[in-house]
Amino acid sequence: MKIGVITFPGTLDDVDAARAARYAEAEAVPLWHADHDLRGVDAVIVPGGFSYGDYLRCGAIAKFAPVMTEVIDAAKRGMPVLGICNGFQILCEAGLLPGALLRNAGLHFVCRDQWLRVENAGTAWTTRYEPDAEILVPLKSGEGRYVADQSTVDELEAEGRVVFRYVGNNPNGSRNDIAGVTDARGRVVGLMPHPEHAIDALTGPTDDGLGMFLSVLDAVVKA
Amino acid sequence: MTTTEHLADTVEHAAATPDTAQPFRELGLKDDEYARIREILGRRPTDAELAMYSVMWSEHCSYKSSKVHLKYFGETTTDEMREHMLAGIGENAGVVDIGDGWAVTFKVESHNHPSYVEPYQGAATGVGGIVRDILAMGARPLAVMDPLRFGPADAPDTRRVLPGIVAGVGGYGNCLGLPNIGGEVVFDATYAGNPLVNALCVGAMRVEDLHLAHASGTGNKIILFGARTGLDGIGGVSVLASETFSGDESAGKRKKLPSVQVGDPFTEKVLIECCLELFQSGIVVGIQDLGGAGLSCATAELASAGDGGMHVDLDLVPLRAEGMTPAEVLSSESQERMCAVVEPSNVDAFMEVCAKWDVIATVIGEVTDGERLVIDWHGQTVVDVPPRTVAHEGPVYHRPIERPADQDALIANTPDALARPSTSDELRETILKMIASPNLCSRGWVTEQYDRYVRGNTVLAQPNDTGVLRIDEETGRGIALATDCNGRYCKLDPYVGAKLALAEAYRNVAVSGAAPLAVTNCLNFGSPEDPAVMWQFEQAVRGLADGCVELGLPVTGGNVSFYNQTGSTAILPTPVVGVLGVIDDVRRRLPSGIGAEAGETLLLLGETRDEFGGSEWAHVVHGHLGGQPPAVDLAREKLLGEVLAAGSRDGMLSAAHDLSEGGLAQALVESCLHGETGARVVLPSGADPFVMLFSESAGRVLVAVPRSEELRFTDMCTVRGLPWTKIGVVDPDAAALDIQDVASIGLDELRTAWSGTLPALFD
Repeated sequence: MKIGVITFPGTLDDVDAARAARYAEAEAVPLWHADHDLRGVDAVIVPGGFSYGDYLRCGAIAKFAPVMTEVIDAAKRGMPVLGICNGFQILCEAGLLPGALLRNAGLHFVCRDQWLRVENAGTAWTTRYEPDAEILVPLKSGEGRYVADQSTVDELEAEGRVVFRYVGNNPNGSRNDIAGVTDARGRVVGLMPHPEHAIDALTGPTDDGLGMFLSVLDAVVKA
Repeated sequence: MTTTEHLADTVEHAAATPDTAQPFRELGLKDDEYARIREILGRRPTDAELAMYSVMWSEHCSYKSSKVHLKYFGETTTDEMREHMLAGIGENAGVVDIGDGWAVTFKVESHNHPSYVEPYQGAATGVGGIVRDILAMGARPLAVMDPLRFGPADAPDTRRVLPGIVAGVGGYGNCLGLPNIGGEVVFDATYAGNPLVNALCVGAMRVEDLHLAHASGTGNKIILFGARTGLDGIGGVSVLASETFSGDESAGKRKKLPSVQVGDPFTEKVLIECCLELFQSGIVVGIQDLGGAGLSCATAELASAGDGGMHVDLDLVPLRAEGMTPAEVLSSESQERMCAVVEPSNVDAFMEVCAKWDVIATVIGEVTDGERLVIDWHGQTVVDVPPRTVAHEGPVYHRPIERPADQDALIANTPDALARPSTSDELRETILKMIASPNLCSRGWVTEQYDRYVRGNTVLAQPNDTGVLRIDEETGRGIALATDCNGRYCKLDPYVGAKLALAEAYRNVAVSGAAPLAVTNCLNFGSPEDPAVMWQFEQAVRGLADGCVELGLPVTGGNVSFYNQTGSTAILPTPVVGVLGVIDDVRRRLPSGIGAEAGETLLLLGETRDEFGGSEWAHVVHGHLGGQPPAVDLAREKLLGEVLAAGSRDGMLSAAHDLSEGGLAQALVESCLHGETGARVVLPSGADPFVMLFSESAGRVLVAVPRSEELRFTDMCTVRGLPWTKIGVVDPDAAALDIQDVASIGLDELRTAWSGTLPALFD
């Protein structure tokens, strides 16, 4: 089982995503932004950071990277793709997920341990969680306020495509407390919080995030 | 005469025009310094040379007022103290061997004045600069920490300065992907017009990969890589530009840019990865970052540290502004640039790596025979100097030193007569007032803006006393880092104050379970031209050096920042001390929060005396500063450190928290809130509760001990001669801090008081 981890110039959490894949006993395969090549991977993680500096809108440049052309194609064929933080922003920009991420309501970058509720335990990345499970993982972002027009939000809610919701407090003003969403098939998931930083209680608040990387193993095996 | 010809103040032209008046005073050079430059060169300097000497001989770059005192560090360091040191003072950063084949390098530097002028960019580029220093040692930068000092928390200008500085530290560090694992936020009126932004970076490499900056090997190429060179951060050298342009702005069609540099963290992140790949390929002979004084400093230092001369062609430097003079190109402090020395046969490979990362790289010169640094521009020589005279042989001053006239009065004004709380109501109120005061309240508003998780090796960070990082994922070997300084103690007695800063940083490293290994510093003081400030400086250097001898730790590097004052009022003397420790397995680290195991016993290690000189209580409740700072006993600190390390190694401890500002009350509140657990405390019978709760006696730590280990641990303390007092138990069911006969305060009430202050001021 191979999980590809993309590195754009300015990507920061690629080492963490690769470590999370290894903790789940998958092989982590580095993917370079400038290559038209997914190197035979079974799933892809688009990790956090500031791709190309994100001096334009977050993720707006990354969606044009050669490797993203391949990711978009593979996602359309059903390959599981996970976008974390900047990766979520990139997947929204690339049109794989609906909505957009704007500046936090409080205007500051926010780094804190955040409770989330797993609203959909049926996606390729969440089957290892009990429905409605509450997990504690780090959130760290300056532009994490999820927005979409009313009909999109209604559709997401109606179809159960809100995967994670903030519990307790809404740290950035996201609509409907949305922390993460999925595509219509439940194969592409994006979220602002960082499950890859919660794979070991030594270095994270919990190991609650590991379930996402274990889930995708099941998804690939089943497929 | 065309503009171009007019601009080129060549060596030849300088020799022919000895009487041309030069604006050396505007550039900060004294008459005798200018005369010395003329003597060294045997002629007047060219504009470009004058620019180089003026920045390199500035206080910031040359350490001309501090050198004679800093020598004391070297003189007092024994071979035994150097045991783990791989590189020390004089290199970009100190390097120590932490075992398992790992070398760790760390350094702290000030960026105080730019951060007052332009808080965001000043702080951001402060982080960027220190990260490049670490990178230049061949190490991967791993984490940053930021000791910050501000004026009164409720002053209007603090509202301007603090949010900008915090956002700048976060904006740059977060974008580089470096976890911020600690630091300080301190408020005092003396910092009102002069905040302190000290930035620390730590990095690691395999021992065999250590790179020292030097240019050796005739014919080796000098490659400038990273960002283009522009007009930002030129500072005083713009005097030369306005001179040359005769004040006619329109002639050059360009605007003066502010002298604070502007940072681009994305470029730096890419530069880091590019450099690390270059190091890995083994194609770099020497490397130097471009920081203060830009290319002047980098070329002079590389050449000065090597065994030959250097020839540079300034026309090859990639620029981002038109019409720059040679002096401006040399002095520009444009960020995110590095300079490497590369063998000719490796230049292509070097360029290939840079191309992969889209980093601009340009050969701008080469190492030459002989001992001159020669710089050409438009085919003519504009600099021809012995590099050592620029980089290492600047002026040295023995500034007058005088103990301040009011020092005795300050010491005589003891806190003994200040009204103390005595009833339980008064004590309760004092606890709540103290924990909500700006220097003791939660730093969450600040630290929540910093990414502490990136790279996944952060084992402890704020709100713990120390930052702990895993270095080796296989063995679990890691490091602990803490910085500390209490400026009020240093004001009362700079010698003891510096030792107390060292003691606190040492203790903070020890409470994590790590063994302290090395020391760095950032010495922030007022004007060196004030004999009273120089007395504070001399005393602090001696205190710190003598303290390091007592603890057996080497000072591996440091930084001096003078002229921190507003008008004639200097800041509190602020020698920030950083201590690096090593922990063989980060899994045994000790957090500050209690309650990991049910029914832990709370022990207070060390002795509590009636010590309130310079205390937070005297400051918060009475606005008082006077008397003597707490006594310091470094032998005791060492013993305490050994006991904590042993306790951690043998699983006898589950949490530990240093006692410092605010005393035991503060430590108890924080340990409960960090652990989200209540406690029942019984103060020793016969002890004055006020003194027990608020004294700031040094050498004390609050520990939580699993009940099963209590006897074994207290026996060890007794055998080793470390005083201990059982003061209570952890009480997970209580949801309150209950101090018998004093107060019982709910955790919610404590949390509200402790965490509300900074958001109320700065949101």
